[in-house]
Amino acid sequence: MANDAVTEQARMRRFRDAALPHLDEVYTLARYLMRNTSDAEDAVQECYLRALRHFDSYRGPAMKPWLLTILRNVCNAEFARRGRGEVPTDYVQDELVAEEMPMWQEPQASPEKVILQQQDRATIRRLVEELPEPFREAIVLREVNDLSYKEIAEVAGVPVGTVMSRLARARAMLRSAWNTAETATARPGSAAASGIAL
Amino acid sequence: MNCAESEVLLHALIDGELDAGHAREVEAHAVVCSDCAEKLASFRAMREAMAGAALKEVAPAHLRNRVEASLTPPAARVVSMRSFFKPTRRSFFGGFAVGSALSAALAASLVLTVIRGDQEQAVADEVVSAHIRSLQPGHLMDVATSDQHTVKPWFNGRVDVAPPVIDLTAESFTLLGGRLDYIDSEPVAAVVYQRRKHVINLFVAQHLGAKHTPTVAESIQGYNVRRWSQGGLDFWAVSDLAGDELDEFVQKIARAVPRSSGAS
Repeated sequence: MANDAVTEQARMRRFRDAALPHLDEVYTLARYLMRNTSDAEDAVQECYLRALRHFDSYRGPAMKPWLLTILRNVCNAEFARRGRGEVPTDYVQDELVAEEMPMWQEPQASPEKVILQQQDRATIRRLVEELPEPFREAIVLREVNDLSYKEIAEVAGVPVGTVMSRLARARAMLRSAWNTAETATARPGSAAASGIAL
Repeated sequence: MNCAESEVLLHALIDGELDAGHAREVEAHAVVCSDCAEKLASFRAMREAMAGAALKEVAPAHLRNRVEASLTPPAARVVSMRSFFKPTRRSFFGGFAVGSALSAALAASLVLTVIRGDQEQAVADEVVSAHIRSLQPGHLMDVATSDQHTVKPWFNGRVDVAPPVIDLTAESFTLLGGRLDYIDSEPVAAVVYQRRKHVINLFVAQHLGAKHTPTVAESIQGYNVRRWSQGGLDFWAVSDLAGDELDEFVQKIARAVPRSSGAS
């Protein structure tokens, strides 16, 4: 019994040392998946408890994608439990979403389209948050959590090819929304002045 | 390469995930296709803008504390370990005194050397956890006053020691108040001080880990910890204050504690 307690403490210590340095990354993904602070915090807490329970079966290679996989499962389980508006990432058909959102059609190239508007942090965050799943998850894992395609594929449980097409769609949607946000916020005549010429 | 292929592969290109052969093909396509060239440039700019926007979040301190506290073994588990070993230690010393079962005692002493280290560590972990718990909103103090003559009597009947409560305001350690805490499921007096924004918890009990004189200094989970024994009491000071400042605090407390304040 006593040895069990000692072993358990050593195990917890090992887990803390390995997992706590990634708290910010886990919290970041949680914020983008849950889209509000208190749900994100609950998800992070649950993620760490689950990770501790499964720590014995953890064989690597990297702690960060492993934790993010668990967090993603926690979030999807929560959405499934609520069974309301939010749709779990797993149940969304990529093609279906692409049909519903005709953003895949790129605007025709013309001189003014070659300008990507400068956006502040808050706007960029909002644009990312407004992306539908599973595209939001893909872009956050790539651009914010800095995962490789292979790691994103592991976290999302899909082939690398799917990751590539999701990222392509996510960026196309984001760019389109980005330019819409530009027209919505820019004062007439000031768009060219504040834009980044490419 | 056609545009349909390029549209997907150009993302892999800007993400640095494309092998050299494919990268050249996409770039060659972009030279002849202004549409794809524009996309490549604009997605690159978007990627840079996102990287520059610092979209990464920082977990709030209360969440970090909450997660850390949940990853600390509950007191009950430590208690079961201690109650298992306390009698063993006693019987070890007893056995040694009468000089019987020498080989068994030797074996036991080997086990104890290992176990006592872990046990000491377990108490240290609990003390730090108690400190982290205390930092959560509303957990810091049961009695909030800078008046030492209010804090000291408050502990009467709550803990079996009379913890020295010392006014160090002049030395820029402000007395915030006192709290009843549990470590190893024993009630422990926690006297709370503050320097600038740094909270210091001074835990005082009759038995809180092994006796240490002089002071033992260590750092656990980023917190500085000092423990020492004096006048029959065990002291643990925990804070995120810099090590040398915490040493200063410990010196001032140690100097002010009466030689035999002891148990009440």
